[in-house]
Amino acid sequence: MAQKIKMIMAKPGLDGHDRGAKLLARVCAEAGMEVVYTGLRQTPEMIVAAAEQEDADVVGLSSLSGVHNYFFPKVVELMKQKGLEDVLLVGGGIIPEEDYDFLKKSGMNAIFGPGTPTGAIVDFIKENVRKR
Amino acid sequence: MAHDFAAQILEGSNRAAARLISWLEDEDERAYECMKEIYPHTGRAFVVGITGSPGAGKSTLTNALAREIRQSGLKVGILAVDPSSPFTGGALLGDRVRMSDLADDPDIYIRSMATRGFLGGMAKAASDVVKVLDALGKDVIVIETVGVGQDEVDIVGVADTTCVVLVPGLGDAIQSMKAGIMEIADVFVINKADRPGADMLCAEVSARIEMDAHLRERGWVAPVNKSVAVEGVGVHELWLSIEAHRKYLFDSGRFYESRREKIAKEALRMIHGELFRVVREQLEQSGRLDAAVEKLMNKKLDPYTLMRDTLTEWLSSSQCKRRHDEDTKG
Ligand code: B12
Ligand SMILES: Nc1nc2c(ncn2[C@@H]2O[C@H](COP(=O)(O)OP(=O)(O)OP(=O)(O)O)[C@@H](O)[C@H]2O)c(=O)[nH]1
Ligand SMILES: [Mg+2]
Repeated sequence: MAQKIKMIMAKPGLDGHDRGAKLLARVCAEAGMEVVYTGLRQTPEMIVAAAEQEDADVVGLSSLSGVHNYFFPKVVELMKQKGLEDVLLVGGGIIPEEDYDFLKKSGMNAIFGPGTPTGAIVDFIKENVRKR
Repeated sequence: MAHDFAAQILEGSNRAAARLISWLEDEDERAYECMKEIYPHTGRAFVVGITGSPGAGKSTLTNALAREIRQSGLKVGILAVDPSSPFTGGALLGDRVRMSDLADDPDIYIRSMATRGFLGGMAKAASDVVKVLDALGKDVIVIETVGVGQDEVDIVGVADTTCVVLVPGLGDAIQSMKAGIMEIADVFVINKADRPGADMLCAEVSARIEMDAHLRERGWVAPVNKSVAVEGVGVHELWLSIEAHRKYLFDSGRFYESRREKIAKEALRMIHGELFRVVREQLEQSGRLDAAVEKLMNKKLDPYTLMRDTLTEWLSSSQCKRRHDEDTKG
């Protein structure tokens, strides 16, 4: 049987906006991926533990409350500590464009803001995901 | 490499276990050498199945049960199965949402799995994954099946104790008379006992169990527990029931018997699966399947003859013969 892309979709912090994350989880599942939705209020530690246990190929972080500059780099760092460098890290939500550079430099592979066609997100994941 | 992987898993590496599980799901060749190495270290963990209709509270209950089990210091592995879409092959695995409070306990390992077209309420690799979690050092492994109907009962092939979760308001007395899911319960749980109708459902199920006891002599009578999983109510009692069943299995010798049955079935299933895969591949790739189907369509051939001819041919193939000769030589 062929390898399937396994993805974690997580909401870090206390942000309660889950529409985008749930939508994207569904879109990715429709595109043939196996998507683990973790629910709200995840600490970086919880997200990284889930990524490790699930052997995730992709970790998606969704943030609409302005905490991305704190949480995203923290997740990147913990992933590195666990030796999970080859996992694709993508983020989205309400993120000002001037933060994109900082987030990418800190290790996020891509950021997608509001209005991104979901197809573009799926394509990005499929093109950049690791082989195991 | 297989050796390193197996060693890492036996030392408790989540990461190595996680990768091996992925290979098992993908039926990747790399898995089998590792499995061979860890197999001698398996069979120690106790396996609990949690099954019931969609939305009955299986994940919430699994979460609460895991916390309860951790109180006694035992390490817990959780396998949560959700359905794959038959159309896209993808899956939305949502069981983990209810298990957030277990996420930072290093002695709990949670793995979500999609069914990938496998029926019966389970993922095909479930029994393999149980072995990996066992080798990883988990003492109790809890399997949450997909939300099931009435005859998706594959969980009994893997679990030592099967808990069937029922909720009030989903069906009437007739429902609890039906075979399948009702018959596999070692322990019943009436969850959402905070809702009206729980007492009545409890009475109905108890009556049904009593009736069954008249029909068939059994060493174990399934207890009926009530729980409010969201509040953790009744979960301690549920664990006591599971432990009582476990004790019964050991004291009566059923444990050994039932493990033996499971191992035999599993071995046969694996041989069946691989034999079928090889035969099918050969028939498809040589174009012979197409040709035969054409004949079946035109009624120039019947499937019974096709089946027998295929079998005869495979059994007399040179490989098989050599194997047979070797075996009889001793
Ligand atoms: C709907 C909404 C709500 C709903 C949320 C319902 C829910 N369950 O999600 C309710 C009414 C509850 C709500 C409450 C609040 N909200 Co509000 N809300 C919105 C609103 C109008 C739309 C958000 C939305 O659902 N969009 C639709 C989804 C599909 O889009 P999306 O999430 O952006 O996702 C897309 C992309 O961003 C990307 N994406 C998103 N996540 C991810 C993840 C990955 C991995 C990837 C690859 C891509 C990706 O892909 C998606 C598709 O293109 C926004 C304004 C806006 N225009 O965005 C404000 C907004 C987010 N809310 C805001 C605020 C302030 C609040 C409140 C604090 C208000 C208050 N004072 O009470 C509360 C906080 C609630 C909480 N607990 O966190 C602010 C946030 C400001 C900020 N960032 O600093 C916003 C921006 C409004 C504003 N302009 O002020 N809100
Ligand atoms: N009132 C009440 N609600 C409960 C109880 N247990 C679970 N729930 C709720 O029931 C809903 C479904 O719970 P889950 O644990 O996801 O159920 P499930 O059986 O795992 O669902 P699937 O995996 O989708 O089949 C959630 O909204 C829970 O909060 C309970 O004891 N009482
Ligand atoms: Mg569930």
